[in-house]
Amino acid sequence: MLPLRKLTLAIALSSISALSLADTTLLNVSYDVMRDFYKDYNPAFAKHFEAKFKDKVTIQQSHGGSSKQARSVIDGLEADVVTMNMATDIDAIVEKGKQINAGWDKKFPNEAAPFSSLQVLIVRKGNPKGIKDWNDLTKAGVQVVVPNPKTSGNGRYTFLAAWGAALKQNGGNEAKAREFTQAIFNNVPVLDAGGRAATTTFMQRQIGDVLVTFENEAEMIAREFGRGNFEVIYPSASIDADLPVAVVDKVVDKKGSRKAAIEYLSFLWSEQGQEIAAQNYLRPRNAAVAAKYAKQFPNVKLFGVAEFGGLKAAQKKFFDDGAIYDQIAADIAKKK
Amino acid sequence: MKLKQSSVLPGFNLALGYSLLYLSLIVLLPLSALFAKTMGLDWSSFWAIVTEARVVATYKVTFGASLIAALINLFVGMLIAWVLVRYPFPGKRFIDALVDLPFALPTAVAGIALATLYAPNGLLGEPLDKLGIKVAFTPLGIVLALTFITLPFVVRTVQPVLEDMERELEEAASSLGATRWQIFSKVILPTIFPALLTGFTLAFARAIGEFGSVIFIAGNMPFKSEITPLMIISKLEQYDYMGATAIAVVMLLVSFALLLLINGLQWWMAKRLGRRK
Repeated sequence: MLPLRKLTLAIALSSISALSLADTTLLNVSYDVMRDFYKDYNPAFAKHFEAKFKDKVTIQQSHGGSSKQARSVIDGLEADVVTMNMATDIDAIVEKGKQINAGWDKKFPNEAAPFSSLQVLIVRKGNPKGIKDWNDLTKAGVQVVVPNPKTSGNGRYTFLAAWGAALKQNGGNEAKAREFTQAIFNNVPVLDAGGRAATTTFMQRQIGDVLVTFENEAEMIAREFGRGNFEVIYPSASIDADLPVAVVDKVVDKKGSRKAAIEYLSFLWSEQGQEIAAQNYLRPRNAAVAAKYAKQFPNVKLFGVAEFGGLKAAQKKFFDDGAIYDQIAADIAKKK
Repeated sequence: MKLKQSSVLPGFNLALGYSLLYLSLIVLLPLSALFAKTMGLDWSSFWAIVTEARVVATYKVTFGASLIAALINLFVGMLIAWVLVRYPFPGKRFIDALVDLPFALPTAVAGIALATLYAPNGLLGEPLDKLGIKVAFTPLGIVLALTFITLPFVVRTVQPVLEDMERELEEAASSLGATRWQIFSKVILPTIFPALLTGFTLAFARAIGEFGSVIFIAGNMPFKSEITPLMIISKLEQYDYMGATAIAVVMLLVSFALLLLINGLQWWMAKRLGRRK
């Protein structure tokens, strides 16, 4: 090859690599309700990244139901990072798609969940049915709107929250807990496929007396429908829903984006990241930030999924086909 | 019929080859992938999945509601086609274009619109609710959504046949002393019957597979208003790919059997009426 040609080629090649260096693109595959949070977080992160590495980064978002998003990654959607509402969704990517290495939950603090949320009760203005706690949801004549536990992580958390609260009240009596949870689901008029759809049913269609959903979804409702239209009731006990994140190893190794991906997720634990989370009504891990926003996060006795032996065990015991939730649904249908 | 047929038009072999290749790539290959995935299940677990009580309940909802919706559109669609062909009226072109709207609309949009309209606080839902009729979040809502989605099929298949029909036939029947009912049942109906049946079949088939619009208005209560596609989705939520494909295979087989049956019926009718050799 002629020296001149070699030179041009070298220049051409280096300019290509320079171009790709200057333009790191990360794809964050996330779930529905996180849309608002990442809208605030991504620009803040891009600024931080540029200041730290003198390099630009572009973040692309993909939102949908948590498990649906995990399936897309398993089927080959090239996500650099995944941010889900259930650890089982990330575990599924580890097991079925093998794009994420086992042990992902040890790579970041707090079992790789930078913030958490919990299930709260949302009632109509003035709380006409006088709903104060889980017990009130079992009463006849109270309509409870929840998303379908078979198709929604939000719905599964609701089920577990009710079950766990019943266990606490009855000294761990499983039969009582089952009776209690069945009574609540007996009051459900509509089972929407996801959390957002349930919100629409409750707020827009005005169906039901109480909506059970994540605390941060309540903030979305306030922004969307106005604060005066509903009240948030904190039950005496609720479930701590950890919202986990992970780097997709196979993709970042292929794309060479590991450094940026790790930085993207680590920044979630930074003071700024935690503050943005708190502003979006996600409970922060950082003690200082938590103290600063303490007023908006009332104290609730929380229990974790560890109560059920972890999410994986809970899935098997309650939500797999033919498991407790299906039995309850069949019982309700039979009695009606 | 011989495969190699002499025809005045050349290119039969090429055309047949192309048709088969195209059908294989677009229809057969994806569907056989579905079957291949189910092959991982042994027969007894396949049977257990597809005959589970809750899944069986969804077959009834899906196929029952689809049948009702297709029957409704059989009559309403015929009526609309009749009016559009036979009577001049202002705004006819507009109404004609309106018929296709359910085709163009994303089904989810249709579902949300119908749910809003027929919810207990909706424009139509509220007065109906006072009469004690609940539409949204009941099986009735499913029928409504499916009827909406499948409206164009009967209209669009019957319309051209009606347009081509010679009025002289009716006039001849009339001059021979036939009553209006006789003209309808002996002259008009046999002519449009094959088209009606085709429209009905298409509407029925389309309704069975419908997901987007139904999911918003069904309420999705177990054993009551769950459709089969929802069972597939809920299996997928558990990463149970095989279970999902097993149910999909059942839907596919039943749908295909029904289509085959109706096509056979149509062929038999046409033969009886002496329209085909």
